[in-house]
Amino acid sequence: MNIVRLSLKQLAARPLHTALNAILLALGIATIAMLMLFNAQMQDKLMRTAEGIDLVVGAKGSPLQLILSTVYHADIPPGNIPKREADKLAKHPLVESTVPLALGDNLLGYRIVGTTPAYIDLYGGKLASGKLWSVSMEAVLGANVAKKSQLQLGQEFASSHGLAAGGHLHDDNKYQVVGILAPTGTIIDDLVLTDLQSVWDLHEGQESTNPVYQQANPLAPAKPADDEEDGKPREITALLIKYKTPLAVLALPRQINANTNMQAASPALESARLLHIVGFGLDAFRAFALILIVSAGLSLFVALYTTLKERRYDLAVMRLLGSTRLRLFSAVLLEGVLLAVGSAALGLLAGHLVTEWAGRSGLTPGLTLTGHYWVPEEGWLALLALGVGILASLLPAIQAYRTDIGTVLSER
Amino acid sequence: MFQLDSVRHRYPGGAELAFPDWSLAQGGRAVLVGPSGSGKTTLLSLLGGLLRPSAGKVSLAGQDLGALPPGKLDAFRGRQVGFVPQRPHLIASLTVADNLRLAQYLAHLPQDSQRIEAVLHELGLAGLGNRKPHQLSQGQAQRVAIGRAVVNRPALLLADEPTASLDDDAAEAVVSLLQKVADEAGACLLVASHDSRVKDRFETRFALGVSKEQAA
Repeated sequence: MNIVRLSLKQLAARPLHTALNAILLALGIATIAMLMLFNAQMQDKLMRTAEGIDLVVGAKGSPLQLILSTVYHADIPPGNIPKREADKLAKHPLVESTVPLALGDNLLGYRIVGTTPAYIDLYGGKLASGKLWSVSMEAVLGANVAKKSQLQLGQEFASSHGLAAGGHLHDDNKYQVVGILAPTGTIIDDLVLTDLQSVWDLHEGQESTNPVYQQANPLAPAKPADDEEDGKPREITALLIKYKTPLAVLALPRQINANTNMQAASPALESARLLHIVGFGLDAFRAFALILIVSAGLSLFVALYTTLKERRYDLAVMRLLGSTRLRLFSAVLLEGVLLAVGSAALGLLAGHLVTEWAGRSGLTPGLTLTGHYWVPEEGWLALLALGVGILASLLPAIQAYRTDIGTVLSER
Repeated sequence: MFQLDSVRHRYPGGAELAFPDWSLAQGGRAVLVGPSGSGKTTLLSLLGGLLRPSAGKVSLAGQDLGALPPGKLDAFRGRQVGFVPQRPHLIASLTVADNLRLAQYLAHLPQDSQRIEAVLHELGLAGLGNRKPHQLSQGQAQRVAIGRAVVNRPALLLADEPTASLDDDAAEAVVSLLQKVADEAGACLLVASHDSRVKDRFETRFALGVSKEQAA
């Protein structure tokens, strides 16, 4: 027998009250924990995906759209830029390195990206099997794509036009799988990578014949004047740039935006903007969860306060048996604290489990959520729960402290 | 084992009660009688250190209760005073054995399961240690309350109207039981009662009249 055991027994003696309050509190904690996990992992993912990309140059339009479409592969690109212009930028003195991207087709909804091997290096990708592409129409599959498509090395597949599954099939000119990448936990797991030339080869000559196609195809040539030496259109969707010096951030975007027909957008700025927009939705959820926690606190308070009348005798008997007033105070306070600690543990566990479940069931495409992820703020969440427990049981505990044994026991 | 010295008590807004300078030696047995409002429960509370007198001195087992600070007084009560209230008031969430164990814990005494078993056995409650209070009959619950009062072997065992709601046989049995456990614990026993079935069992009788002010 000790005071903790006594408080636990008292909680267990009122299973309905205890369960209700614990569930209310745990729900609030779980909701906030989930938001924290989601938010942190989303930020983490956004930041990691944009790491090493200082600037994206693409067609004029919305900068957020440009970043979403070319860095996160989550939107359609605003258009194309002439490769010639991009090549000029690559030689700019403020530019350390560049990676060209050409989008246009997909495999089962996974985007096919015409690029250079530097794009794989950007995300630390390694081949799990096979080799990198060396000629047009050779493709390297990201880890998730390989798993979902069940394609093996040497197999061929027809790409489907557009950036979402179900478009026109380019079945006259098939890709061949030459390599499969090991999982990286980054965006390239969900991409099919190939040479720029593959994308150009697939799309030459078809565009003008089909108006629907023309509209949907970001790779449709803008004007024949852009043709390169072999007479074919040479355009890319975007150029990813890494600065040579941090000072470039001051000069380069402005130069591009003012002096060329292209736009430059910063992934860091745009993803911060995106998080800000998403943040409003998360705030609403957070407010809702806080309301849950406050009502749990109130409910706990009411439960402790009303049962105190029945428990006057318990408390008086404990005083008879030699308990100090302080001990009665602690015993009641401890009930609130134990309930809060239990609920916090339950809530955090539930938050992680639901996050893991959401990740596994693919509720968040493009973001592989995991429950094995801890953020320091969860400690604060546990403290918040503890505070609610203490606050709710403080007044009942003071009442317990004031229990007058003489008068309670002489009642019949 | 206890000694009263010019003890008076006045409740806030109430009349002053004055108590004779009674004393009881170790192993003594006495019944406290008097009409309602004469201060029987008040005297028990004073003896148990639940109330502090407005004037005078209460000594118990050689200790002046008035000299003890609140925390020490609580601990002293836990060890030296066993209290059998009018109703058992067992802690509903605890088993019978844990109700007795709580008495040991709150008195800062070692938790001794053998002692608990022995007390339950003595009270005819052997085998009921794991029951919850709501699974007990009224008589069993009262015996658990008696066990809780004596489990720490107090110097003074106080009982407040222990037979009020009992039939003759049960009343007889309870008084015998109180005397028996007091003997076993080496405690002196003071029973407050206006029940003639109880009164006749004790040679020493402390009689409280109406208070002086009420009489005047």
